[in-house]
Amino acid sequence: MTPSLSLDPVSDVRQLLTFPFMVNALQAGTIVAVLAAVVGWYMVLRRQSFAGHTLSVMAFPGATGAALVGLPSAIGYYLACTIAALAMGRTSRLSQYGGSDQTAAIGTIQTVGLAAGFLFLSLNQAVLGGPETLLFGTFLGVTRGQVLALLIVAAVALGALALLARPLTFATVDREVARARGVPVGLLDAGFLLILALAIAATSQITGALLVFALLVAPPASAQLVTSAPLAGLALSVGFAVAIVWLGLGIAYFSIYPVGFYITTFAFGLYVLLRAGRWAWSRRR
Amino acid sequence: MEQATLMFAHEFVRNAYLAGTFIALACGTIGWFVVLRGQVFAGDALSHVAFVGAIAAAVLGLNEQVGLFALTLAFAGGMAALGRRAQADDVVIGIVFAWILGLGVLLLAVLATSSGGGSGITAANTLFGSIYSLSGAASSLAAAITLLVTGFVLVAARPLLLCTLDPELAAVRGVPVRLLGVAFLGALAVVTAESTEAVGALLLLGLIAAPAGAARSLTARPYLGLGLSGLLAMGAMWGGLALSYAIDSLPPSSAIIGLAAAGYAASVAIAGWRRRRGTQWRAQQS
Repeated sequence: MTPSLSLDPVSDVRQLLTFPFMVNALQAGTIVAVLAAVVGWYMVLRRQSFAGHTLSVMAFPGATGAALVGLPSAIGYYLACTIAALAMGRTSRLSQYGGSDQTAAIGTIQTVGLAAGFLFLSLNQAVLGGPETLLFGTFLGVTRGQVLALLIVAAVALGALALLARPLTFATVDREVARARGVPVGLLDAGFLLILALAIAATSQITGALLVFALLVAPPASAQLVTSAPLAGLALSVGFAVAIVWLGLGIAYFSIYPVGFYITTFAFGLYVLLRAGRWAWSRRR
Repeated sequence: MEQATLMFAHEFVRNAYLAGTFIALACGTIGWFVVLRGQVFAGDALSHVAFVGAIAAAVLGLNEQVGLFALTLAFAGGMAALGRRAQADDVVIGIVFAWILGLGVLLLAVLATSSGGGSGITAANTLFGSIYSLSGAASSLAAAITLLVTGFVLVAARPLLLCTLDPELAAVRGVPVRLLGVAFLGALAVVTAESTEAVGALLLLGLIAAPAGAARSLTARPYLGLGLSGLLAMGAMWGGLALSYAIDSLPPSSAIIGLAAAGYAASVAIAGWRRRRGTQWRAQQS
């Protein structure tokens, strides 16, 4: 059966759900959207997009390294992301000038990861299907096992985040006061980076290394344009992310172009719309 | 010694060293300011945009260099227009950058359906560079352009330093802070676009961030750091090229980045050792 759009939404959705691969993709997409929206909300609040992007590209050395030594690629993803998160946590403690030399360290960690990935790839003589699939993912090839594994990892990451939520919000909003009140700020930094690494490693196996980043940054940033209240913001962020992923997957099914393009475009469009709306609102008052 | 002369008997090695020396010099010097100004993430975004620019050019059937320069310069202009005033720099860069990557996905799909293969090699070369396949003309052009950018950075170093460290004071003293900021991002875009072919869009950031970060942890003196950063980048380039020539399976880009990062790690260790010795010394004095 070839996909055809019939302008009747009910029959279109029913047509979508007749395929197991589409059901898997929608389930995985929903889990990914919730996970990325919640973890990303903290990432955006903490201004750690650069660290988030660096962890997202660690999928590349992870996958190529695992292929080189013959391990399953999932292990490679988790290993590479964890190592990068630990390295970043270490440099943030060593940094002497506050922010600016820390970004140099993050940038260096990112390129070292990519350079290692390139080395693994050339040692392995292109067993992988080109760098694009690695970087841009294959949403529509998700298996049942992957959906289950994703669900477990998402539960672990979100549970850990829920445990840390209160002190983490405090340490993020007012670092100095939190430190003075005895909150272990450095430990929280490292803990959050590890949760981010876990979420990214799980997500990028499905969305690809480069698109996990769009889901991490755009829905939370859009939500934070609307409200700065944590609970409402988190809920809104999750709502945006799920809507973007469902819409993207649904439209991509009827189109010859890749899912990643639709998801990033909807995410970007939403942010631009909200930004414009906020600007118009502030002018009117 | 004999091996070195043997190595330089190859034209492709001479081309790589010619282009690589000046690319490294430009990356090192401009990188010093990128790190001081806290714009490493902007550099990261620019280098990914360069990759999308190259694919866009391939889809439209244009020269790859045209696409690289057009898209990186446009993105740098956009960042300069949106940034600075709003506190949201980090987020704005992230969102625009994620969308441009999404466009890249679309363009790759278009390219794959239209040309039927071959896109993988273009993509891999743009992502990771192939400095040993530069032609004589390409390496001379790269050397000339990056030398120009280095010249700009050196000439503008004094006002640039002032705007970076104290923008208010710079504005009072009549330095065109905003214009200089735009010019700086433009120069960074030119370096990115020109170095993509040689070092690769994804690995370029290492040559910008690592030597500058190393220099930063070794010295707080701005001009000394500028020179040191340029020298360290050149050292990593020369050493990396020689290493990958000697070891067959080691790609040049990986060797260059590996050396640059090793230099960074070593200088952080030296800085830590110095600090510890300093506190010991102070403890003995009191």
